[in-house]
Amino acid sequence: MTKNLRVKSSKFIDETYRISFEFNGIKYYGFKGDTLASALLANDIHLVGRSFKYHRPRGIMTAGSEEPNAIIQLHNNSSRTEPNVRATEVEIYEGLEASSQNCWPSVNFDISGINNFLSPIFPAGFYYKTFMWPASFWKKYEYFIRKAAGLGKSPTKPDPDIYEHKFVHCDVLVIGAGISGIMAAKTAAKNGLKTLLIDEKPYLGGSTIYQNSQHFKINNQISSSWLEKEINEIKKLKNLEIKTRTSVAAFHGYNFLLARESISDHLPIEQRKNKTRHKLLKIRAKKVITATGSIERPLVFNNNDRPGILLSSAIKKYADLFGVACGNKNILLTNNDSAYETAISLIQKGIKVEAIIDNREKIHSKLLYNVEKNNIKIFKGFTIVDTSGYKRINKISIMQLSKDGQKVIGSKINLSCDCLGISGGWTPAVHLFTQSGGKLTFREEDQVFIPNIYPSTQLSIGACNGDLTLDEIFTNVPKSLKEFLNIKNTDYENIEILSSTNKSKRNIWLLPSDKILGKTKPFVDYQNDATAKDIKLALREGFRSIEHVKRYTTTGMGTDQGKLGNMHALGIISETTGVKMNELGTTTFRPPYTPLTFGTIVGRNIGEYFDIFRKTPIHDWHVNNKAEFENVGQWKRAWYYPKKNENMHQAVQRESKAARESAGILDASTLGKIDIQGTDASEFLNRIYTNAWSKLAIGKCRYGLMLNEDGMVYDDGVTTRLGENHYIMTTTTGGAANVMGKLEDYLQTEWPELDVYLTSVTDHFATVSVCGPNSKKILSQVIPDLDLSDENFPHMSFKNAKISKINCRVMRISFTGEHSYEINIQANYGKSIWEKCMEAGKEFNITPYGTETMHLLRAEKGFIIVGQDTDATMTPIDLQMNWIVSKKKYDFIGKRSLYRSDTIREDRKQLVGLLTDNPNEVLEEGAQIVADINKSPIEMLGHVTSSYYSPNLKKSIALGVVRGGKNMMGQKLIIPMEKKNINVTVSDPVFLDKENKRLNA
Amino acid sequence: MFIINCPFCGEREQSEFKAGGEAHIVRPKQPTELSDDQWADYLFMRKNIKGIQFERWVHAHGCRKWFNIVRDTSNDEIKAVYKMGEKPPTE
Ligand SMILES: [Zn+2]
Repeated sequence: MTKNLRVKSSKFIDETYRISFEFNGIKYYGFKGDTLASALLANDIHLVGRSFKYHRPRGIMTAGSEEPNAIIQLHNNSSRTEPNVRATEVEIYEGLEASSQNCWPSVNFDISGINNFLSPIFPAGFYYKTFMWPASFWKKYEYFIRKAAGLGKSPTKPDPDIYEHKFVHCDVLVIGAGISGIMAAKTAAKNGLKTLLIDEKPYLGGSTIYQNSQHFKINNQISSSWLEKEINEIKKLKNLEIKTRTSVAAFHGYNFLLARESISDHLPIEQRKNKTRHKLLKIRAKKVITATGSIERPLVFNNNDRPGILLSSAIKKYADLFGVACGNKNILLTNNDSAYETAISLIQKGIKVEAIIDNREKIHSKLLYNVEKNNIKIFKGFTIVDTSGYKRINKISIMQLSKDGQKVIGSKINLSCDCLGISGGWTPAVHLFTQSGGKLTFREEDQVFIPNIYPSTQLSIGACNGDLTLDEIFTNVPKSLKEFLNIKNTDYENIEILSSTNKSKRNIWLLPSDKILGKTKPFVDYQNDATAKDIKLALREGFRSIEHVKRYTTTGMGTDQGKLGNMHALGIISETTGVKMNELGTTTFRPPYTPLTFGTIVGRNIGEYFDIFRKTPIHDWHVNNKAEFENVGQWKRAWYYPKKNENMHQAVQRESKAARESAGILDASTLGKIDIQGTDASEFLNRIYTNAWSKLAIGKCRYGLMLNEDGMVYDDGVTTRLGENHYIMTTTTGGAANVMGKLEDYLQTEWPELDVYLTSVTDHFATVSVCGPNSKKILSQVIPDLDLSDENFPHMSFKNAKISKINCRVMRISFTGEHSYEINIQANYGKSIWEKCMEAGKEFNITPYGTETMHLLRAEKGFIIVGQDTDATMTPIDLQMNWIVSKKKYDFIGKRSLYRSDTIREDRKQLVGLLTDNPNEVLEEGAQIVADINKSPIEMLGHVTSSYYSPNLKKSIALGVVRGGKNMMGQKLIIPMEKKNINVTVSDPVFLDKENKRLNA
Repeated sequence: MFIINCPFCGEREQSEFKAGGEAHIVRPKQPTELSDDQWADYLFMRKNIKGIQFERWVHAHGCRKWFNIVRDTSNDEIKAVYKMGEKPPTE
């Protein structure tokens, strides 16, 4: 056991409830109400991690979500492990295991700590400058850099926790439950507005709730007691919902916000079972009130990063809220009055304050006089020039500041201490405001950015609006609330305030030292080890934009996004370059405000729910018959049906042969189907397809090609004329939704005069396709009443039919080149029709085939698949499909583009067939095609788009696009592969049955 | 995420809509009469304004109707919504 620094009981800590936890493998105790940081400090542990670049020892610095140093790993090596967690936010629970990050082998002895002594060779941009040359070496460097650096380890096992998403709507959202937020929530809810109040901490009341000083009073009551009563009152309000442990991650436009509600993180692991861990709230608020408070600024001086150096306000919070002393010999360094509030708290609790170093020279402050009364030495007009103590601060050196604050003068005084509190004044937490698009303005008096132009119906109040003291809050908040909420009165009129803060401040962005800057380490960004030196170096090297300096020095790019140091970085840039702060602006604050886990972001959309998929009505049959599936758009389609011991190749070869030799059956239900009706339906089709439609007789089918206005092939499919003014169009499986959208677009926006109505009926019909020489015999059993003779029912025609009283549409169309029928039937009969066909086809060895065989069969016939053999750069002419482009039609979508100077080029990539010299060699789809292998660089002519071994032709066949391929018939080309070059001959893309005899076989 | 006031359905989340680019670009009635340059101008040339922009949107996961909006692209404020065929607001 180490020392116990618990000083005086606090009502926020339950000392009867002891909790044990482990830190770096050692067991410690804390109490219910502690954070991991407060429990560690109570055990006199400051050193918790190592910095990112120099591996310097670092300690707990703050008491909130702005923490840059105390970043730890929870439950190492378990499925619940989580990196980069702020110890200042973790509420301890029985069995908590935490460990330091970014140190090896241990936090007390870190080998890379040597980087600290080598730091002159690690300036800003070091990694960019050194390891990027030669470029090919980066891979080797990266391995070592990542091992030595890197924050935390990501889990390797699946996350066992449950996460949820929830939509929330309210009239008023109040972010932050400090004194201003409480006032806002109460006012809104009491005026009948549905109000949501959220705060990231487990308790309400912000920093006022532990303000027990006689120097701050509201209506003659100590401010914390006054606020406590307010909190008890708002808990009874009907219109108000309160969520604690809820952190707003993002504030988007139109008052859309994302917040993470942490539900079980503070519970012992065994109590978390079946509980939701986090809820991601998607909030839409009519009005948003931001009351996010302010964050204390550190001060930038030489060696300002040692363990034992904390924000002054954090020392106060640890004492007042957690009853913990951060040290036994405390010194405070400040440029404003806040440090005296801390001193008064420490004095009240009997914690020793050795001295206060104040940058200011002449100060008339009630708080200061009160501290002085307690015989505490105050060094006015002094600053710290150096500190010492490797793993814990043990000494500071101070000197007097020159009049202009740019130099130190006089002699050096050394003071010993074990804890140093620093206060550089306060920075309004405007992160969410700027995320929402708000514009800031710079207030010169106290050097802060405050909200200026609001982008949506929102209001910033209290400290985040620059009202940093109690009297400012009570003067401004009620007034703004009345105006913003359109109400006449609040409960906060004529309230008597005692606020003892003197607002004077001596702002020096970079405090001077007796050493030259080059010999000092004044840290600006603790997490990323960026110093004032690095920023000045970046400026010397010519970087001017704040966004560039940020990236070059990595200032503000850690997991804390520079909540502490960003203002100093700006200040130093402004001072060095002479550009005013207001013109310089801030870097962009991006969501999330504090990091979110992936689990929270995905919620329930994991596993099979990650991406929803669509099933055909026949899906179960495919599953029961052991089909392998592939994803086509959102659909799961049967890919092939392997028999015992068959691999994919063997299954596809068997299926393809059966379809050509006897009969095959395919589930084509996924094809898009659009019902088109209206007196102008024929004219509409004329305008959207490349070929002519007016003369298509009722009961006939026609293949159509659809282009984009730029002349490139967009979709294809067969459309059937069902009646005078009635068509049914089929589209590709993946293109259905887009085609529907495109057609609607033209109908509504370009041709509103056309009488045409579109209805998507993809899901309403199941489609069973039966093909092969025996398909006719099978169909005659399934639909005995239908006359299947070529005279009555020729290729490319359609019949209405009945299968045991159920209406269906039968098309005689073919994508395989075989005699083939497509039965379309109301979706819920799909499976029974499929089974009927299987039954009737038994004697013909009817073989179910999947998409892979379908692709092979159509490739044998040279039929294209839009999206596989085409991309958005292929015209019908490139595809050698001139026959489908009407010369007579005056206009259709894309027509004009077919004779732009670019589209009529002869050397465009054109679709051709490719035959390998070795008939057993199957090309790889996507392989490059070249003519001359000796040329350097080798000129790429095109690529292979489809490739198969055809069991029916007993050779390898392929389709590809080749520059000028149309005129290369019979020419030899080369496919260079990793291990060999494959010789091919350009051929006609139709490999089988050029005369289409099989269609009527 | 915006809230868009569909002229047929009322206010809905942006996720129900799809953007369709610049509004009031009319497809030429006689494309064949146009030079390559004129056709290319219709096909490819779009303004990308920082400020007030007229845009086409469709209520894709709703009534499937196309309509126009006037949006300030600098702050995403939607100034007006109007149906296809209606005249754009002048102020
Ligand atoms: Zn709508």
